[in-house]
Amino acid sequence: MDNEFRHTNPEIDVHAMGEMHEHPTWKEYKWVALILTLITVVEVWVYYTPFSKSALFVPALLIMSAVKFAIVVLFYMHLKYDHKLFKALFTGPLMIAMATLISLMFLFGKFSGR
Amino acid sequence: MATAVASHAHPPTSTGLDHRKIAIWAFIGSECMLFASLISTYLIYKGRSVVGPFPHDVCDPPKCATHLNAILNIPVTSISTFVLLMSSLAMVLALAAVENRGKPGYEGILGSSKFWLLMTAILGTTFLGFQAFEFTSFVHEGLTIRTNLFGSSFFTLTGFHGAHVTAGVLWLLTLLAIDIKRGLQPKDALLVDISALYWHFVDVVWIAIFTLVYLIK
Repeated sequence: MDNEFRHTNPEIDVHAMGEMHEHPTWKEYKWVALILTLITVVEVWVYYTPFSKSALFVPALLIMSAVKFAIVVLFYMHLKYDHKLFKALFTGPLMIAMATLISLMFLFGKFSGR
Repeated sequence: MATAVASHAHPPTSTGLDHRKIAIWAFIGSECMLFASLISTYLIYKGRSVVGPFPHDVCDPPKCATHLNAILNIPVTSISTFVLLMSSLAMVLALAAVENRGKPGYEGILGSSKFWLLMTAILGTTFLGFQAFEFTSFVHEGLTIRTNLFGSSFFTLTGFHGAHVTAGVLWLLTLLAIDIKRGLQPKDALLVDISALYWHFVDVVWIAIFTLVYLIK
């Protein structure tokens, strides 16, 4: 493994854990939590506004949800900082899962109004 | 190869990575497909229930025997979503406390893995309490797993998620017991990291469920 990153704590075996960079500090985690909370507040707020009848309501919710999903995976699950094998093990099945979901929706006519 | 600690050495692997961490990522990948199939089923059946109660719409006679309100309780679920998000914060702080034990800046509460593990377990249990309240109120309002397509797909999807949260809470309590008994040290960081990955995955699944099931009408 070509990982030259060393954890500030020498007892941590960063190679076994697949850490390629130092993980965020508690201050950064706190900001991540605040951003996640704010997005959730906006999601719930738009649900109760007239915007919920707009054609943009569903895409807006899906984008906000995807952003929250990505933030948790990248920062809390440390995928941004960890070995590329872990990225492949997660994103590969996730792509298959999304393709399956969309295919099934087409197959059962959810996009054609049937 | 820079660091290798004898006390924490793992069997040699072709990747240099610990088997357990590869295994948890592979497991999480497979869980993505499980939950995608459950969410697909919910979305396909959405709007196809013949009888009420319905998730977002009221149901009046003659379609329903009596007047039935929209059944989803968005304010309560929003609070439980916030609780689960905060549990993820507590989980990363538990991992940071173990990894940085004894380092400057991680004294007191911030460096107490016991506190953060306990907080995560409490928040997870609170989420389960909200789910139990929701399920009970749905049954009282006439929605069971056998009532209609919405009930079947909703209880299956959220029930599976709740079972995962329950397993996560038990896992966290096990770690907490180890921490109380002998104290989790930086060399044990991988044990906490693996359980944290599972816990955060349960959180991201709920992020998807909250939007697709509760907010999209």
